[in-house]
Amino acid sequence: MFGAGGGTSSYEEIETTDLIILWGSNARSAHPIFFHHLLKGVRNGAKMYAVDPRRTESAQWADTWLGIDVGSDIALANAVAREIINAGLANTEFIEHSTSGFDDFAEFVEPYTLERAEEISGVPASAIRALAHDYATAETAQLCWTLGITEHHNATDNVVALINLALLTGHVGRYGSGLVPIRGQNNVQGGGDMGALPNKLPGFQNVADDELRGKFEKAYGMTIPSEPGWHVTQMFDAMERAELSAMYVIGENPAQSEADSGRTIELLEGLDHLVVQDIFLTKTAAMADVVFPAASGWAESEGTFTSSERRVQRVRRALDPPGSAKDDLAILFEFANAMGHEWGTADAEDVWDELRSLSPMHAGMSYERLEAMGGIQWPCPDIGHPGTKFLHAWLWEDPMPREPAPFSLVEWVPPVDPLDEDYPIRLTTGRRLDAYNTGVQSSGYRSPIYAGAVIDMTPEQAADLGASEGDVVRITSRRGSVEAPVRFTNGLRRGLVFMAIHSPDDLDVNTLTLDAWDPKSGTAEFKATAVRIETT
Amino acid sequence: MFRGSRERSSADDHVAYGGLASAESRRNLLLPTLHEVQSSVGWVSHGALNYISERLSVSPAEAYGVATFYDLIATEPRPERVAHVCDDIGCLAAGAGSMLDDLRDRLGEPDEFGGSIAWTRSPCLGQCEKGSAAFIQVAGGDDVVVAPATAEQVIEILHAEKPQPSVSPSPIRQDTRLLGRTTLSLSHHESHGGLEALRKALTMLPGDVVDEVTASGLRGRGGAAFPAGIKWRAVGAEAGPKYVVCNADESEPGTFKDRVLMEEDPYRLIEATTIAGYAVGADKGYIYIRGEYPGALRRLSDAIEEVRDRGYLGGNIAGSDFSFDIEIRRGAGAYICGEETALFNSIEGFRGEPRQKPPFPTQAGLFGRPTLVNNVESLMNIPAIVLEGGAAFASIGTEESTGSKLFCVSGNVLGPGVYEAPFGVSTRDVIDMAGGVDGDLQAVLVGGAAGSFVAGDQLDVPLTFEDASAAGISVGSGVVMVFNTEVDMAPIVSRIATFFRHESCGLCVPCRVGTVRQEESLIRLRTAEDRDEELALLADLDVVMRDSSICGLGQLATVAVQSAITIGLIGAKS
Amino acid sequence: MIEQRIADPVATVTVTIDGAPVTMPETATLLEASRAAGADVPTLCYLETLTPFNSCRLCVVEVAGSRTLVPSCSRMVEEGMEVQTDSDRVQHTRRMVYELLDSTVDLSLVDDETTRQMERYGVRTNRFGDGYRRTEAVKIEDDLYVRDYEKCIMCYRCVAACGPDAQNTFAIDVAGRGLTSTIATEYDITLPDSACVYCGNCVGVCPTGALMFTSEYRMRESGDWDEDRQTVTTTICTFCGVGCNLELHVQDNRIVKVTSPMDHEVTSGHLCIKGRFGYAHIQSESP
Ligand SMILES: Cc1cc2nc3c(=O)[nH]c(=O)nc-3n(C[C@H](O)[C@H](O)[C@H](O)COP(=O)(O)O)c2cc1C
Ligand code: SF4
Ligand code: SF4
Ligand code: SF4
Ligand code: FES
Repeated sequence: MFGAGGGTSSYEEIETTDLIILWGSNARSAHPIFFHHLLKGVRNGAKMYAVDPRRTESAQWADTWLGIDVGSDIALANAVAREIINAGLANTEFIEHSTSGFDDFAEFVEPYTLERAEEISGVPASAIRALAHDYATAETAQLCWTLGITEHHNATDNVVALINLALLTGHVGRYGSGLVPIRGQNNVQGGGDMGALPNKLPGFQNVADDELRGKFEKAYGMTIPSEPGWHVTQMFDAMERAELSAMYVIGENPAQSEADSGRTIELLEGLDHLVVQDIFLTKTAAMADVVFPAASGWAESEGTFTSSERRVQRVRRALDPPGSAKDDLAILFEFANAMGHEWGTADAEDVWDELRSLSPMHAGMSYERLEAMGGIQWPCPDIGHPGTKFLHAWLWEDPMPREPAPFSLVEWVPPVDPLDEDYPIRLTTGRRLDAYNTGVQSSGYRSPIYAGAVIDMTPEQAADLGASEGDVVRITSRRGSVEAPVRFTNGLRRGLVFMAIHSPDDLDVNTLTLDAWDPKSGTAEFKATAVRIETT
Repeated sequence: MFRGSRERSSADDHVAYGGLASAESRRNLLLPTLHEVQSSVGWVSHGALNYISERLSVSPAEAYGVATFYDLIATEPRPERVAHVCDDIGCLAAGAGSMLDDLRDRLGEPDEFGGSIAWTRSPCLGQCEKGSAAFIQVAGGDDVVVAPATAEQVIEILHAEKPQPSVSPSPIRQDTRLLGRTTLSLSHHESHGGLEALRKALTMLPGDVVDEVTASGLRGRGGAAFPAGIKWRAVGAEAGPKYVVCNADESEPGTFKDRVLMEEDPYRLIEATTIAGYAVGADKGYIYIRGEYPGALRRLSDAIEEVRDRGYLGGNIAGSDFSFDIEIRRGAGAYICGEETALFNSIEGFRGEPRQKPPFPTQAGLFGRPTLVNNVESLMNIPAIVLEGGAAFASIGTEESTGSKLFCVSGNVLGPGVYEAPFGVSTRDVIDMAGGVDGDLQAVLVGGAAGSFVAGDQLDVPLTFEDASAAGISVGSGVVMVFNTEVDMAPIVSRIATFFRHESCGLCVPCRVGTVRQEESLIRLRTAEDRDEELALLADLDVVMRDSSICGLGQLATVAVQSAITIGLIGAKS
Repeated sequence: MIEQRIADPVATVTVTIDGAPVTMPETATLLEASRAAGADVPTLCYLETLTPFNSCRLCVVEVAGSRTLVPSCSRMVEEGMEVQTDSDRVQHTRRMVYELLDSTVDLSLVDDETTRQMERYGVRTNRFGDGYRRTEAVKIEDDLYVRDYEKCIMCYRCVAACGPDAQNTFAIDVAGRGLTSTIATEYDITLPDSACVYCGNCVGVCPTGALMFTSEYRMRESGDWDEDRQTVTTTICTFCGVGCNLELHVQDNRIVKVTSPMDHEVTSGHLCIKGRFGYAHIQSESP
């Protein structure tokens, strides 16, 4: 599916595109250098829309900001689709040639009128209409999103709803037009590339495909289960059912990063055996039976990372790791050797070359070429191939080399944590510029712009609560309760407050959030929590 | 619509319009807004600047960079009344030094802004024929000019309940092509044949108007003497939107002709600018007038309103298909903003720094669009050219310097003022027109601070563009500033160097540092043991600044100094 | 880098550089043409990744028919131009510009290339008596970088990097006019109070050491800074998924500075606060 495997476009394309839609992404803070490219586009005259519950630093650059209510993305996307169709602006040639299921789709989105979308999302119909018309009529357009779209219980549906828009307008598979999911975390793309997904082998090869799996089995001299494995969230459910009793965690900190952390910690404590391999003694590592001290992947190890534009680049060892820490590869090798396998000594390039022999999309990426070319974008099937700037050019080929791309029918459903009298305020979470994920990595330097563990709200909201800036308030969800000082922020509104997720030691926002998760992608609902706020 | 964090309503909860294009469209309001705050409060506080920044979507640091560029915008607390008193060469030569001493005795040192009133020294205020001048910023009221000015008068106005200007009328010496017609209303203007040229132009093809201007041989009167027809044609050939800019920043020391023209006959300038707009196909005109000209500003803005009311500005002028309007922009105390590209930056809301050329204004000028820039005096000639034809205009003056020229005569002459003469007259002729030297002639500064000191035979060189340039001098803006033998020239020459140091925008190294090194060297030169070393240094500075400064300011900042050395006014072995 | 687009063929023009014809695309600058012809043209305010500001005037060349010298960094080639890159006039400007700068600010930490060019042009030390010199205390307002405007040559690079050419934060701009103009926040408020987001991109482009990472500043103060003992390793930033290239400057197994390669298309040399300063977490304490 589009967008799932990797961004279809390169960063450079946004610099010359005609229209930019940033949907559920505060890239200015979360992906600042991607935003540099985006701003070049804006300075080159691209029109920009931002769809986001908050008027973020990113949204302030938009010609039009659509301030949707949290969790109404699908209603908005479907209404945009309906408007494009009804206004006669759909790219019929592309639809006929390259897609399937259009008629069903058109019928399906028919109830999503602009008025209904306005009612669900809060965004005036005129702004939704303008976005629809501009997107449909732009020569080229980049549709970008991040965690605002994917950290929901219906993450996959959200993404699919956006992909529908690209299929409707032909804004995919051409230079300058594409779908651009910006990866929230470093090398998430690389992890997926390498098969760190329950249903995929390296190079996005299906584990269920006998032929593909056979290739790996032959190379590894092992049998590989044909059944897909579990997502993290499924793993915790399995722990609850006592079907999973041991865990080997590499470079993750679920005790703090999972939604509903109270439950997560309880389940981790219930394991028979927990191994953690990390560069820090994280909260999770502190609970482990065995800890393998790891070298940092980016400064103390050799290897590759893959970026959001599918660019595979070399990481190199600049420092010797401290004490007895070893790089991840060496630990895995020693682990394998200790378990009786003869893997010998770890060498990053050897492992990479083995991967190249098994994953066609990486086949042409020798270390030598990666160095010489400053990275290569996959797919790069052979040693003479320059890499691929944008994906899905085949959609425009005649005849089509593959099955047409299907429209999907996704219905809007409200957030699972409903607002009511007891929990009348919507809390959404996100990142700040100077910090990263659970904060362990970025807390090591003294950031002059550190905002602290605060709850952001508008002055009007605070006035309603009887709170002033700096007052500590109690925030209570259906799962837990925390305290934080109030900070005034623009870009929110009455009924919508914001907290950053970076300082779990001071303030564990995830005790408030919900572990409802998307069965297709395995991500949890971080973005839409119902809370009440009281002065203390 | 909600832009920043303030003044929002629930209508702003779910949608906001903003972005770069909209921010860019408001940026040009920055200087007018700073002016507003300055003139109502007397300075621009941090809070005020933040508010302006937010409303206009300009970053505070950028807005501060703009505010601090201008002498008339204060970013530190200042009293509500501040007198800017001219201590520049024209007034010094005419004896204003004693008035400054008097003021210091009675008000204390300049630039002490702690009290309820204050004074500061100012470069030339464009009132040189009066012999002394002060420009007084009045917070909460109208700025006023006092010229001539005594310390007594300045102090009186600083304390007055409602300050009133006190300007002696410009002596109208002649009834010439450009001078002597004080029009009081549009009807008055019409009774002198006003608007006829505009009506005639509107019946012509724009290209034919350009042809007449080309045939007239008119060359720019702002200092650079560039043939007007070439610029008009170039702008005419470009695609719109296009602009016409009238350069009324007149800040060249010793220059005051444009002020006189605007005060006497604003209608003609409006008419001329409109004709220019029609001829080159512009959508809008700007008149950029120096901030220290409140009188001319009032005359012009009243006149524009009157002309607009009568249908000669705005949509479908005089019933034609041509629509055009004029907006006035006020400078804020920066000589460099008279340089055409710096002027564009100033209007656009950026620091008034010049742009590297090419591209030239005719290709990419104001807001990046093709722009015709002409000086006030240049434009004032246009109505006659349209009515009488280019050929008639070309028959006046010499072949390469057609028409007549205004000369700003000041210093030690018996009749200081603006004089008009056909090209071909010499410096000596001009001085004679002004009643002759008051005392014995020592030297004359021709062309302004960016011009040269002349003496002896050079006084007989005809002040045409071709003869002047052959003699190594320049007509410039038409300054003829006379110094008699009583005047100590070393401080005068130093004051010129100080002027350039103060007015350098600071963008390029040769000018930014060169102007201060020149100023320092001139001071050392007065007492130096080894004058040759200083003279060599000044010569080295002269070369690098002329060769490599970005704009005319730096390129010409050494000319007067070098000419003073050449004719022995300074630097000679004693 | 990989290029899949078929670019429109760019027209070429031929110019004469120091007597020899050179053919360049019409979008080339005189600087590019001069360097293509092998001329040794110094620059200081110019940086490939920024819009030319034309402020230093070191790159001037003599173009036949032009009254003044021409800044080669911003002037486009035109058919038939005859250019001299090192004529007497050009040499005079370059020597004078260096002398003027050297007499006003502290050039002791300027880049090696500038030191070489200053020797080449026989720059004499102060010929200007005890005239104006920039004096200002070093601004140390946080733990990330310091500002020492006694070293600032007003090249505007930091302003461009903080502004429209990269960061678009506009935390700093030129304030004042002329000689006493300086790089400043509004009302000279401290950086932590300003809009600064600590990307360090201004530091990354500063040619004089006026802007310097605190890590380097402290080590220089204590005499421990030693570039001969440093290695520079290029790797990828560990934070978000954009894939910025980092150059880790390491001395004694400690990261002492982070830069990014200017010629890499992902960053063009620019980073954010996390990539620039977020390395402390792996800093091994004692060996
Ligand atoms: C430092 C500097 C200041 C200038 N000031 C003025 C001015 O005050 N008025 C003016 O008309 N031209 C001034 N000029 C010249 C303008 O750049 C420009 O050449 C002129 O406005 C063009 O009009 P013209 O062709 O009608 O003379 C100045 C030039 C420089 C370099
Ligand atoms: S010559 Fe002087 S005024 Fe002109 S750009 Fe250079 S520094 Fe500014
Ligand atoms: S660190 Fe970044 S934001 Fe701060 S002044 Fe420098 S360039 Fe601007
Ligand atoms: S601080 Fe550095 S980059 Fe900025 S203007 Fe000064 S010398 Fe140039
Ligand atoms: S007004 Fe004083 S010199 Fe011109």
